[in-house]
Amino acid sequence: MLDSSARTIRDDIAAGNVSAVDVCRTFLERIDAVNPSLNAFNLVAADRALARAAEIDRQRAHGVSAGPLMGVPVAVKDNLCVRGMRTTASSRILERFVPPYDATAVERIEAAGAVIVGKTSCDEFAMGSSNENSAYGPVCNPWALDRAPGGSSGGSAAAVAARCAPLALGSDTGGSIRQPAAFCGVVGLKPTYGRVSRYGLLAFASSLDQIGPICGTVSDAALALGVLAGPDPADATSSPRPVPDFTAALTGDITGLRIGVPRAFVAEGVDDRVRSAFDEALDTLRRAGARLVDIELPHAKYAIPVYYLVATAEASSNLARYDGVRYGHRTADDGRLELQDMYRRTRDEGFGAEVKRRIMLGTYVLSAGYYDAFYLKAQQVRTLLRQDYDAVFEKTDVVAMPTTPTPPFRLGEKTDDPLQMYLADVFTVSANLVGLPAISVPCGFATETDGAAPQRLPVGLQLTGRLFDEATLLNAADAYERLTDWHVQRPG
Amino acid sequence: MKYEPVIGLEIHAQLRTRTKIFCGCSTAYGAAPNTHVCPVCLGMPGALPVLNRQAVDYAIRAATALGCEVQPVSVFARKNYFYPDLPKGYQISQYEQPLALGGGLDVVGGDTPHVGLTRIHMEEDAGKSLHEGFVDSSRRTYVDYNRGGVPLIEIVTEPDMRSGAGAAAFFSQLRDILVWLDVNDGNMEEGSLRCDANVSVRPVGQQRFGTKAEVKNVNSFRYVQKAIEYEIDRQIELLENGGTVVQETRLWDSATGRTMSMRSKEEAHDYRYFPEPDLPPLVVSDERVAAVRATMPELPEARRRRFVASYGLPDYDAGVLTQSVGLADYFEQVAATAGNVKAASNWVMGEVLRTLNDRGNTIEDVPLAPDALAGLIGLVDKGTISSSTAKDVFARMYDSGRSADDIVATDGLAQIGDESALLSIVRQVLESHGDAVAQYRAGKTATFGFLVGQVMKASKGKGNPKLINGILRRELDGAA
Repeated sequence: MLDSSARTIRDDIAAGNVSAVDVCRTFLERIDAVNPSLNAFNLVAADRALARAAEIDRQRAHGVSAGPLMGVPVAVKDNLCVRGMRTTASSRILERFVPPYDATAVERIEAAGAVIVGKTSCDEFAMGSSNENSAYGPVCNPWALDRAPGGSSGGSAAAVAARCAPLALGSDTGGSIRQPAAFCGVVGLKPTYGRVSRYGLLAFASSLDQIGPICGTVSDAALALGVLAGPDPADATSSPRPVPDFTAALTGDITGLRIGVPRAFVAEGVDDRVRSAFDEALDTLRRAGARLVDIELPHAKYAIPVYYLVATAEASSNLARYDGVRYGHRTADDGRLELQDMYRRTRDEGFGAEVKRRIMLGTYVLSAGYYDAFYLKAQQVRTLLRQDYDAVFEKTDVVAMPTTPTPPFRLGEKTDDPLQMYLADVFTVSANLVGLPAISVPCGFATETDGAAPQRLPVGLQLTGRLFDEATLLNAADAYERLTDWHVQRPG
Repeated sequence: MKYEPVIGLEIHAQLRTRTKIFCGCSTAYGAAPNTHVCPVCLGMPGALPVLNRQAVDYAIRAATALGCEVQPVSVFARKNYFYPDLPKGYQISQYEQPLALGGGLDVVGGDTPHVGLTRIHMEEDAGKSLHEGFVDSSRRTYVDYNRGGVPLIEIVTEPDMRSGAGAAAFFSQLRDILVWLDVNDGNMEEGSLRCDANVSVRPVGQQRFGTKAEVKNVNSFRYVQKAIEYEIDRQIELLENGGTVVQETRLWDSATGRTMSMRSKEEAHDYRYFPEPDLPPLVVSDERVAAVRATMPELPEARRRRFVASYGLPDYDAGVLTQSVGLADYFEQVAATAGNVKAASNWVMGEVLRTLNDRGNTIEDVPLAPDALAGLIGLVDKGTISSSTAKDVFARMYDSGRSADDIVATDGLAQIGDESALLSIVRQVLESHGDAVAQYRAGKTATFGFLVGQVMKASKGKGNPKLINGILRRELDGAA
């Protein structure tokens, strides 16, 4: 059962082959067994999950119609609010924060029958690419425990790879779903900006953040997106566009599909093993009937600096609310502390180093006298990048790139060099800056032999689609998945 | 040296929406602290703002009435600063692209006939810090977030005013218009309308503006005038003594009647404005502006002119009747039903306003429906009751809510219009006042008035004075 897809589990429960409680118990036992070595969960909500599963079984017994995620165990990234469940964003500043409301995404999966098994670790406030920036310790990659699972949704990706849940929710601001999915050998989808409501997602960079699924198959990603997507009156940036049937779009047929490949952009700084896995994936797609088209993204090389200007600017403002006044951590105060000192100490104690670094960068970017040179200029380049993609999508249907330039790196390997760490996002940030949907699917392994024992390290293929055209994107990814077996391989 | 003061105002007006600008919480004033709050207006993690359409319509209404150009696209921005009453650590406001530009107001009285407007933008109000009134107030400040997220418009004027009195006159008329439009309740004590003043002085004849000080917390017409006058004097004195004015924010203290430095230019916040990514740009179509305009009450000045032109009312009467939308509406309804404009105007300006004032009521409280008052006017016009009886009937209508017809009928107040009945009363009076009759006939015609009074008295005030006059004269003169 642990290897089953969300769809299969749902069907088995609906058919009465297995109870939701049994499913829930099986996955909770798995979490108990592997989480001590992975640290993928900030919180396991066993009692709540079992009660919820029992409720679903009762409903089924009374013939209440099954939701599309009926009884499916889901792990939720700890930056999404679940009513009554501690939500920390892996930060000390929210150590004891319990939201009195649900994120819309959480509300929707629960309404669809999902059983939330717990909150997964992430980089603090989703800021990082290795999941090492958590106040509650790093997460280990299930394929190689001394390596990073990627970030910031590292806990969600590790949980799915280690079969703690068939489905997890993540959030993606610059690659935070796709990069850990690639590192952990699972599927990760970042929907179009506006496709999924952000209400209840602890904001990092509001114009870039998007919630999406991490799971074992493309078909499960389509299933989950169908549940998550759609307008939300509580999020003014959610799109009113109708939501198509994503599952119906998975035809397996990509004959004539035009796949753009930005050869020049992916030529530099890419690990040889990643490159050969990528080339092989392109070949598989071509043999399935797709047409490969050479494209250029002249401004993609500016994506990283643009991203770190826009994202930090928005973050510096979004994180101002964590001030110790209304909720969350407040420094010890005997009532004699001046207001400014209360702020300073609270935030100094509550935030980790990377979060502080980004708040400072973002504050600087928005400061009088620097705004035009940094923030405004970054927004202008963002427009140029959008125009790059507009031109590309006139002659292609999806764009292919490796998800990451390297296989998973060692824990601690890049923590002293933020710039190197930032470069891990080189292929993923563009989709966020333009708002495009993008998916990472497993496309091979890199063998690492420099350690004591050889390691198999997952490699991901990233496909990027047109705005709101997740259907074409998912169909391409699904067709690829049908021709390969990378996605069924699991760590030991 | 002679100095010329230069003054501009920044006015914050709460919009009269039922709910807050970015969430569904109530805007009602005076509730128990922190009862009108939710995750959005408390700035809880993950909560997002959604713009209140009614707030936008009210802002458009104010902008249109003040002659501003409503912008097809305006953009919300974050104004970042830390303060406990600001839940998110930023205020959602509008900065580079406000809702409306330009416009202005003709000021009656004062020394500035026209005050131009720079802009009107929308923003959210902050909560309220409570520094006093708790046992541990020496050590702690409490915060009430009920006001946080109440919709505001900020109206920024050009530096067109030249005296405290002129600024106060403008502010007062602006308030009247906002109240007239029903977009603001005009209540300065509750803080629904607040004013900051930018004040500078320059030698007469100099084009360049002097260095300005922003004076905050001038929240009444009197304080606007006094604070500005104090600030003008302070700056002139400073200059005359060889000093320089520094750019700073100053706080008006009404207790001492002085302004005090709050923060200097160096200490001023860098608000790090940037476009609010949680809200799409606000797009306002021409159709929407037209629709708002269509529901807008006629402005006081236009209505006053119409009252003069189409009803032939004197300027003064038209001015009194257009003090508020309610009063003007009431008058027009009475006039239309009664078909007697002059009488309607006299009644509304006279008995109605006097009684309202006596009782401390406003036109919204008046228990007489317009057609009830029109019914009373009709009875006078038909001669059923006299004007003096009518005043008495009005008072009874006001207190009882009964109709004029009912009161006149049940209380037997109708005039005696029957000639033969009056004739017999007249003859009785003449019989019992032989002396007076003799005096009259001897040429002392002033006695006529006395006799009329006696007949009225004998008829218990119900005799139709016109008929009495005729009959009496006939009886007296005819018999001679």
